[in-house]
Amino acid sequence: MLGLGVGTLWLSVIVLLPLAAVVTRAFDGGVSAFLDAATSRQAIDALVLTLVVSLLVTAVNAVMGTVIAWVLVRDRFPGKVVLNALIDLPFALPTVVAGVTLVLLYPDVAYTRAGIALALAFVTLPFVVRSVQPVLMELDREVEDAAASLGARPSQILRRIVLPTLAPAIVSGAALGFARAVGEFGSVVIIGANIPFHSQVASVYIFSQVESGNTNGAAAVAVVLLTISVLILIGIRALGGTRDDG
Amino acid sequence: MSNAPVRRILVALTALGALAVLAGCGGASDTSGGNAAAAAASGKPTLALVAYSTPQVVYDEAIPAFQKTAQGKGIGFTQSYGASGDQSRAVAGGQPADVVELSLAPDVTRLVKAGIVASDWDATPTKGFLTDSVVALIVRKGNPKHVKGWADLLRPGVNVVTPNPFTSGAAKWNLLGAYVYGGLPYVKQLISQHVKVQPKSGREALQTFTGGEGDVLISYENEAITAQQKGEQVDYVIPPQNILIQNPVAVTRTSKHPDEANSFVAFLESAAGQRLFAKRGYRPVDPSVAKQFHFPMPADLKTIDDLGGWSKVDDQLFDPDKGSVAQIEQDAGVSTAK
Amino acid sequence: MADPTTLPSAQTAAGRWSLRVLALGYLGALLFVPVAYVLVKTFGHGIGRVIDSITTPAAIHAFQLTLELAAIAVPLNTVFGIAMALALVRGRFPGKGILNALIDLPFAISPVVIGLALLLVYGRGGWLDGLPFQVLFSLPGMALATIFVCLPFVVREVAPVLREVGDESEQAAATLGASRWQAFWRVTLPSIRWGVAYGVVLSVARAIGEFGAVSIVSGNIAGRTQTLTLLVQERYNNFDKAGAYAASTLLALIALSTLLSMTITRRREP
Repeated sequence: MLGLGVGTLWLSVIVLLPLAAVVTRAFDGGVSAFLDAATSRQAIDALVLTLVVSLLVTAVNAVMGTVIAWVLVRDRFPGKVVLNALIDLPFALPTVVAGVTLVLLYPDVAYTRAGIALALAFVTLPFVVRSVQPVLMELDREVEDAAASLGARPSQILRRIVLPTLAPAIVSGAALGFARAVGEFGSVVIIGANIPFHSQVASVYIFSQVESGNTNGAAAVAVVLLTISVLILIGIRALGGTRDDG
Repeated sequence: MSNAPVRRILVALTALGALAVLAGCGGASDTSGGNAAAAAASGKPTLALVAYSTPQVVYDEAIPAFQKTAQGKGIGFTQSYGASGDQSRAVAGGQPADVVELSLAPDVTRLVKAGIVASDWDATPTKGFLTDSVVALIVRKGNPKHVKGWADLLRPGVNVVTPNPFTSGAAKWNLLGAYVYGGLPYVKQLISQHVKVQPKSGREALQTFTGGEGDVLISYENEAITAQQKGEQVDYVIPPQNILIQNPVAVTRTSKHPDEANSFVAFLESAAGQRLFAKRGYRPVDPSVAKQFHFPMPADLKTIDDLGGWSKVDDQLFDPDKGSVAQIEQDAGVSTAK
Repeated sequence: MADPTTLPSAQTAAGRWSLRVLALGYLGALLFVPVAYVLVKTFGHGIGRVIDSITTPAAIHAFQLTLELAAIAVPLNTVFGIAMALALVRGRFPGKGILNALIDLPFAISPVVIGLALLLVYGRGGWLDGLPFQVLFSLPGMALATIFVCLPFVVREVAPVLREVGDESEQAAATLGASRWQAFWRVTLPSIRWGVAYGVVLSVARAIGEFGAVSIVSGNIAGRTQTLTLLVQERYNNFDKAGAYAASTLLALIALSTLLSMTITRRREP
């Protein structure tokens, strides 16, 4: 298909080519150097912290995002239009502003690991909401109404008709949110304390490696983070039961 | 279902995109020196200044002042400010620059290795340095915790903010000041028990501190003075055991206007230029100008050379894997891990 | 069509209320309060100062540059997104799982790595060093970074909708003699319009809000390669907090107006 060909070409030039450069750099010193850099204690701690917090936040936002999308599409109350408009703001606000604002508003979680989760929840908020909304809008209510007229209870309708239809969208949004959480830098570097082994996420660790002149090591950790993220992304989609699409 | 709105949106998007690309082509030539070309056509060269973030306030005055002189007349400028390490990497990565002024010598050494700055850049009367500073302990206005020196930072309950030396090369100066005072044992106790936040850079650390976090901020004297001039409610203490912070300047080998670039640097090193820096809290390297400004002289002031030079310091203290400070950071992180 | 705002069969009245409270509570703490804070900080000293702050030459140029980058990145990624979504949902080929994951990657990569990657390819000593025009520290490099970071959106918004809608309508069109292009233009595209619309809205918001990767490849040249997010950073660092917040509010307004134009377009539908 022409679309697939053009799309893959675009993807290659924009994404894969730069990534290939990073992978090449990661192995610049040979495989042993790569492994040394990728498995240093600090790297592993940063990776673990990043992945754990990101998965947690993804789970929360998957649930809340669906709830919010439902309320936005199926509910009606004054100010709903305004509410809908605000959902995209976490993307538009520079991460520096997000970090600084959250620190000032929630000083109790500032400079703690909970603060990192808060910042990540903020920046990934729109993903599941916006992923579910268009599907919900396309959803034909007649199926649900028919089930109701046949005696199904609301919870049954929800479980057997609505949620399965929404599942691919929820999974898609959650996967994107997870990917974003894993790579987030700007807001986390402000709200976290950046103490190695304690509150330093992978992206900050990578940055510190670059600043210290250890570009190969930075590239190595980046490659590891990406590989693990790809695997988790594939896993999330498998969980959603979708076999063949986003 | 009507698709007229979709069609309209797509047409609008495509038009916008085409417009943007066209404008971008024009814009690209601007940003790659198109303006410089235009300027050269009228006999006006443009110098690209790439500097670390804090002296921006000085250059806002120094550049117009230079342009009023005979050598500076008609010379245009583009300016870029950012964290010293970021700027250094950008120039090494190809960002056009005629004059670079950075926070510490290793950021210039990186450019020497990249072939962008001559290896004899520091063979000048001022050893390649444009300004100096010293480490300052910034406290809340009125110094409520009565901080007089390094020892006070170890008092129980004193919360210290210092930028992370691994995400900011310029932040190494701060810990070197502490190191000059009490060596590794002091640094160890400081970091593991009193430092709860390590912001990414010096400026971010300052903003974190003025935002309400911590009792003491380890920073530079010129930062403290700039903060006060900008109305922040802070005081500062210059500890007697200190390190001389030296900020290098260099003209690049890739400069297309070396004569103009050199005359700009000469202006900055002249009494007039040095006075502009001094007004903003930077210690002039010109002794005659320094005398006019009464900067307090710390009793025990070391330089990086006294410590063996940057290579040795970077290796022994700041190597991210084997350095002593890295080890201290790791131990601290492990001990505070919940 | 059923009135979308009567109680859905999948919900009880109590369920509706509790969901509402839950959603609003979460959004309140996480979104409204921070946004309100930004607005208060912006307009706290009066609207005059705000206007001054966003009409400086640096701000105006940053505004134009930000829009320009979005105008380059979003249309290109929209075309890519629709093509890729169609291929992923309707096509049959090996390696879909990998392709899926690759498309999501731009988000997973920290901006530090994106900047590093672009430096390694287009920078001095890089793979594509020596092109006849300036890529990095100029508009093309910044465009590449922006395209990179908002690449996945349209794909991810369109694909679930495509899946939900199915391809029966296109098959019907084919049996009625429509060419593939006609079927695409008149049947497929309208059916995915809300996925495309939301994808565009999100891409715009993401493109204008991008900071990290663009900052590394822009060179941050005042008045030349400084986007609004970079301007925010500079102002924040230079003790001009009000100016930083004003520029942030401007960014928020751009994102809001994109969404608003989409909503208005929707309202006009029969």
